[in-house]
Amino acid sequence: MEGLLPDLEVVRKDFPILGRTTADGLPLVYLDSANTSQKPQVVIDAMVDHLERHNANVARAMHLLGAEATEAFEGGRDKVAAFIGAPERDEVIFTKNASEALNLVAQTLGLEGAHRVGPGDVVVTTEMEHHSNIVPWQMLTQRTGAELRWFTFDEAGQLDLSQVDELITERTKVVTFTWVSNMLGTVNPVAELTRRAHEVGAIVVVDASQAAPQLPIDLAAMPVEERPDVVVFTGHKVVGPTGIGVLWGRRSLLEELPPFLGGGEMIETVTMERSTYAGLPHKFEAGTPPIVEAVGLGAAVDYLAGLGMEAVHAHEQAITAYALEGLGTVPGLRVLGPLDATQRGGAISFELAGVHPHDVAQVLDVRGIAVRAGHHCARPAHAKFGVQSSTRMSSYVYTTPGEIDALVEALHYTRDYFKVG
Amino acid sequence: MSAELDALYQEIILDHYKNPHHKGLRGDPSADGTVEVHHVNPTCGDEVTLRVHLEEADGVLRVQDVSYDAVGCSISQASTSVMTDLVIGKPVEEAMGVHEVFLTLMQGKGSVEPDEEVLEDGIAFAGVAKFPARVKCALLGWMAWKDATSQSMTTTAQGGDDD
Ligand SMILES: Cc1ncc(COP(=O)(O)O)c(C=O)c1O
Repeated sequence: MEGLLPDLEVVRKDFPILGRTTADGLPLVYLDSANTSQKPQVVIDAMVDHLERHNANVARAMHLLGAEATEAFEGGRDKVAAFIGAPERDEVIFTKNASEALNLVAQTLGLEGAHRVGPGDVVVTTEMEHHSNIVPWQMLTQRTGAELRWFTFDEAGQLDLSQVDELITERTKVVTFTWVSNMLGTVNPVAELTRRAHEVGAIVVVDASQAAPQLPIDLAAMPVEERPDVVVFTGHKVVGPTGIGVLWGRRSLLEELPPFLGGGEMIETVTMERSTYAGLPHKFEAGTPPIVEAVGLGAAVDYLAGLGMEAVHAHEQAITAYALEGLGTVPGLRVLGPLDATQRGGAISFELAGVHPHDVAQVLDVRGIAVRAGHHCARPAHAKFGVQSSTRMSSYVYTTPGEIDALVEALHYTRDYFKVG
Repeated sequence: MSAELDALYQEIILDHYKNPHHKGLRGDPSADGTVEVHHVNPTCGDEVTLRVHLEEADGVLRVQDVSYDAVGCSISQASTSVMTDLVIGKPVEEAMGVHEVFLTLMQGKGSVEPDEEVLEDGIAFAGVAKFPARVKCALLGWMAWKDATSQSMTTTAQGGDDD
């Protein structure tokens, strides 16, 4: 099959968990990578080695281990900056996850400062967002008296760009959207939306939680007018550990935003009257940061860079095309989202007529196949399709065509089991 | 493989799923002794709107009717259907007792022997207790019923005080 990673079997060996079996001795077919990805041995080893040999707090410990830990932690930042082509490494802020990164932006935009969102202002988002990119903006607009407005999308899962002129106006202060949808798989036009938002002076915040694992990202190479002001993603979906997220932000914006959390590390001086704040990136990293997680994330993005993000993307597209074809053979199955693999990401949500997603996932689980059933933290998007929930398969660098065959076969079996059709 | 599934998806469960009992909201939601609640399972989005009507006769408070609208998986739908069979017409105290027995079964991780005398079709859910992720599904309708019934009892009791 064209497009697959050339050393797929070798890649699979890098992920020790893929060698385990279910209680019945069945091989594991992990098709829930959009939820969280598995971790290669190099990431596990890097974290263990750090804890075994270099552990200390960072930036404040004046000794050998402190210096080594600081170097390892800041090394993680360098690797992440390189992975996304950040114009400056100090523009990379470590958070707890993507959700915290989005909250950081939404919360600080409600505070005193040049970009403060207030009554009468508009924040624009889309109906295909993850709850993590809806709720923080609801909180901001409710607190400040601003208005939250939404791009809709059509049957094919594409944003309705005819709304651009109506939604992106002089009143619009923030435009936020997901690069790749975690439910529909849609890839949104980042350059075009960003350019339009910048024309009215709005700040653009992009949720790259599903894009960073799959697409080559080179921020520095983007024309400034088409480059978002903030891009966030989460470590655990790019073969890194949980507990760490990334916020990249344009330096001039991050400097103008007030701090988010207060504490150690984020200050310059503290007196009882007032404090002055540290420069980037530390201004937004209060307290002891996720140190070993940053080490693991650095190893993770190096691993992906080693595979080559162009090759990762090609693999994802090949598997996605093969999966769409296979799912098409299952009677009563409806894919919720774009049907052209070249126009979408690797998460495929679907409905199976007559069988509830919970029951689909249960039957698959007994066969060792892990998928997600539910609303995938995207209830508004499900409501658009008139469904409560769906089943979602999502592949990654270690997914094989044989695993897709197993899924399709199991879906046929599921229909038989529930006697539909 | 299929034996494990069959332990979960008992014929009785699939029957109730395909032909749910007492489904569809009935009665006047604002009538005395009637309470309507809406419960969701936040992890999967299953939802139930459930209406309970309690009535007192000869000093005994009874579950006069339970009706509902719901969307969800086979386990949550079948469990709600079985629940209505078990509680409708019973004195509230007795119905609450059945609820307790069902709850114990569900929380027993598969170690509790179900009592057919009390649970009737409800014994089919014994297998669900071995699937921790599905216990919440089996309890959705029951929890809604308990909530609505407790609320109705408080309002009925207050109503009684006025007499
Ligand atoms: C598109 C999208 N945004 C945000 C998130 C939130 O990521 P996290 O839970 O790691 O904060 C996810 C993952 O669940 C996602 O898929």
